[in-house]
Amino acid sequence: MSDVKHIKLPDGSIEKQTTTLNLGPTHPATHGVFQNIVEMDGERIVSSEQTVGYIHRAFEKIAERRPLYQITPLTDRLNYCSSPINNMGWHLTCEKLLKVKTPKRVDYMRVIIMELARIADHLICNSVVGVDSGALSVFLYVMQYRELIYEIYEEICGSRLTTNIGRIGGFERNFTNTAWTKLDKFLAEYPGVLKEFENLLTRNRIFMERTIGAGPISAERALNYGFTGPNLRAAGVDYDVRVHSPYSSYEDFDFTVPVGTTGDCYDRFLVRNQEMWQSLSIIEQAKQKLEQFKGAEAEVYHADIPEYYLPEKKDVYTKMEALIWHFKIIMGETAMPAGEVYQSVEGGNGELGFYLISDGGRSPYRLHFRRPCFIYYQAYAEITKGAMLSDAIITLSSLNLIAGEMDA
Amino acid sequence: MSRPVRFNIHPKQPDIHDNIALAEMPEGVQGEGYFATGLERALTLARKNSLWPLPFATSCCGIEFMATMGSHYDLSRFGSERLGFTPRQCDLLMVMGTIAKKMAPVLRQVYLQMAEPRWVMAVGACASSGGIFDTYSVLQGIDQVIPVDVYVPGCPPRPEAILDGFMRIQELVHNESLRRRNSEHYKALLGSYGIQ
Amino acid sequence: MALTNEFIKGKLTEKFGEGVYSFEEPYEMLTFESHKDDNLKVLQFLFDDEDLKFQFLTDICAVHYPDKKGSELAVVYHLHNLVDNVRIRFKVFTGIEQPDVFSATALYQSANWMERETYDFYGINFVGHPNLKRILNVDEMDYFPMRKEFPLEDQTRIDKDDEMFGRGGSIW
Ligand code: SF4
Repeated sequence: MSDVKHIKLPDGSIEKQTTTLNLGPTHPATHGVFQNIVEMDGERIVSSEQTVGYIHRAFEKIAERRPLYQITPLTDRLNYCSSPINNMGWHLTCEKLLKVKTPKRVDYMRVIIMELARIADHLICNSVVGVDSGALSVFLYVMQYRELIYEIYEEICGSRLTTNIGRIGGFERNFTNTAWTKLDKFLAEYPGVLKEFENLLTRNRIFMERTIGAGPISAERALNYGFTGPNLRAAGVDYDVRVHSPYSSYEDFDFTVPVGTTGDCYDRFLVRNQEMWQSLSIIEQAKQKLEQFKGAEAEVYHADIPEYYLPEKKDVYTKMEALIWHFKIIMGETAMPAGEVYQSVEGGNGELGFYLISDGGRSPYRLHFRRPCFIYYQAYAEITKGAMLSDAIITLSSLNLIAGEMDA
Repeated sequence: MSRPVRFNIHPKQPDIHDNIALAEMPEGVQGEGYFATGLERALTLARKNSLWPLPFATSCCGIEFMATMGSHYDLSRFGSERLGFTPRQCDLLMVMGTIAKKMAPVLRQVYLQMAEPRWVMAVGACASSGGIFDTYSVLQGIDQVIPVDVYVPGCPPRPEAILDGFMRIQELVHNESLRRRNSEHYKALLGSYGIQ
Repeated sequence: MALTNEFIKGKLTEKFGEGVYSFEEPYEMLTFESHKDDNLKVLQFLFDDEDLKFQFLTDICAVHYPDKKGSELAVVYHLHNLVDNVRIRFKVFTGIEQPDVFSATALYQSANWMERETYDFYGINFVGHPNLKRILNVDEMDYFPMRKEFPLEDQTRIDKDDEMFGRGGSIW
């Protein structure tokens, strides 16, 4: 057997050699399409390079060709785990441009929807962190309760995931009684589930060993990297758009902003869990506030702005006035102010901003989305440097990266 | 501290006739201690009820797939308990979500890595036709790069629709002749995609 | 002292004089421009100044105005002072022939990808950027898709009738 070729390593190279590993874009361990080319020394990461854009869909270009109300479906598809927040953010942007004031009742209804979306978003993120640390059963268990949230959306707007919920100025219809019953059911059942979820993971030895100290980031670096949302708060900065630039009457609510200290996966997990509790309390408060509205006030579900609010289809078919407004809005006969606005909302994973420039035309002259994922994913190379590969994977899921939002 | 156990307080009696669906027996000859049937029938029956899907989930539709495989809708009822994440082991490629032009070569690569027989399901408007994204960066339907067996419409399709699509794949698998993959027709189809 | 828009404006004009101009306040957010060569100086001043402390970069994006000859492209920075919770918007304009703008990556790590994205969409050449290449689109792309003259639609598609689907045109 003399023709067997032996691999000959250069002298003294054994310890120094690094391996290049291509993770993604369709790697079983990554949830979504991210490509990481990691340079590894044994199992430690020496350096890595990220490639994104695998589902770039040109949202910003599409938005330049669509009237305002047709842009809502695009925002759904940004962070699809919490589409209603994006929808509301977009409506708020339009309302700011059009100088529309929404009634309090609408604001509170929006708050309910947004907080439900936040719960759904954090629930997915945290249970996926569980999956990556080896606890698949937790994911299977809580998925059922996300269905409850989806059923509420479905009752309100007719769809589950890409909700396209609401209109400029309010909602397309009042919440039905079934929606309220479903909400009550959710509020009754969910705290128990969340408690159970925490019991399963928070003090779980394996989970703690896997997550504590994995992918930490300091507050200064996080700020410099443009972190926002739960990831920034886990690093110890209490920046929350809901508190700092309140929108949709968030100033009326009493809630705390949970912060962590080390910014590692465990802190991110705890912050998200705490936020779910806060969201539950906000929803309860919103429900109480809604009960104050009596009589005709309790039927208000949109602002009185016929020139921008698409009338209900039933009215369009039966009432002259509604038909005229419908026609005017669809054909672009209503005046659009020129101007530029920046409006941000606290999305599922950070400050989701909309920078809208209108030149008075029907569609935006330019619409830019500030997408939190895209901005903080740059830090991934830094925070996983020197970590084990398996820690890098868990960091990836605990940052809650959503490919749709990242690539827009 | 002991906690009250809230679940499974009334365990179901293990009654397999109520709880487990049995696959229909294929036609054949049977007597005491033996059963004989065509190889094709036996094989397709096995294939049909143990499809290994490869979820190629890129965006929003992938989240609906999560729901489909999750506990509420439960894809494993159809014999796909095992989601494989490696193309080498799987026989059903489920493409869910937008495929950008940057992603198209990757998708094709994954398809090529799968062994025959392989089936492809395009879930959602984006995978089927580009969906709402008629833009410079999005592939206008995955059938431009790989052949597709079943399209599931919807943006995103409900989990029920995904399950329906899955059952149609099962039907195809069940009725497929063992020789199909060697036929001229099939070769011509693959040839039109430049696949040997 | 409260960080009002007047105060910021005063500070800026005190430091840069004529170098900063076009102060506006659309929807309460202070907006101003500077010459494109000064962009780093202005950003640095906003970052370092004791009172201003605009140390959080919210966003960078670009806008294309094909009609403004000589300054077709605008780069827009959104800055945030997290301590006093004030936001401002800062713009620089550049010609499309030679779209060179200094990169803010040394000041903000987060600028890295945002500038790459801006380059990808509009072709703005950020001078001093460590790794300026396309980020979202394929590397082979030979144009900058967000510029107004390029069409949105996939040009290879033949099954959609342009007239029926309103492709290629704009909605007017
Ligand atoms: S079909 Fe709709 S839901 Fe599915 S990936 Fe495309 S945009 Fe998302």
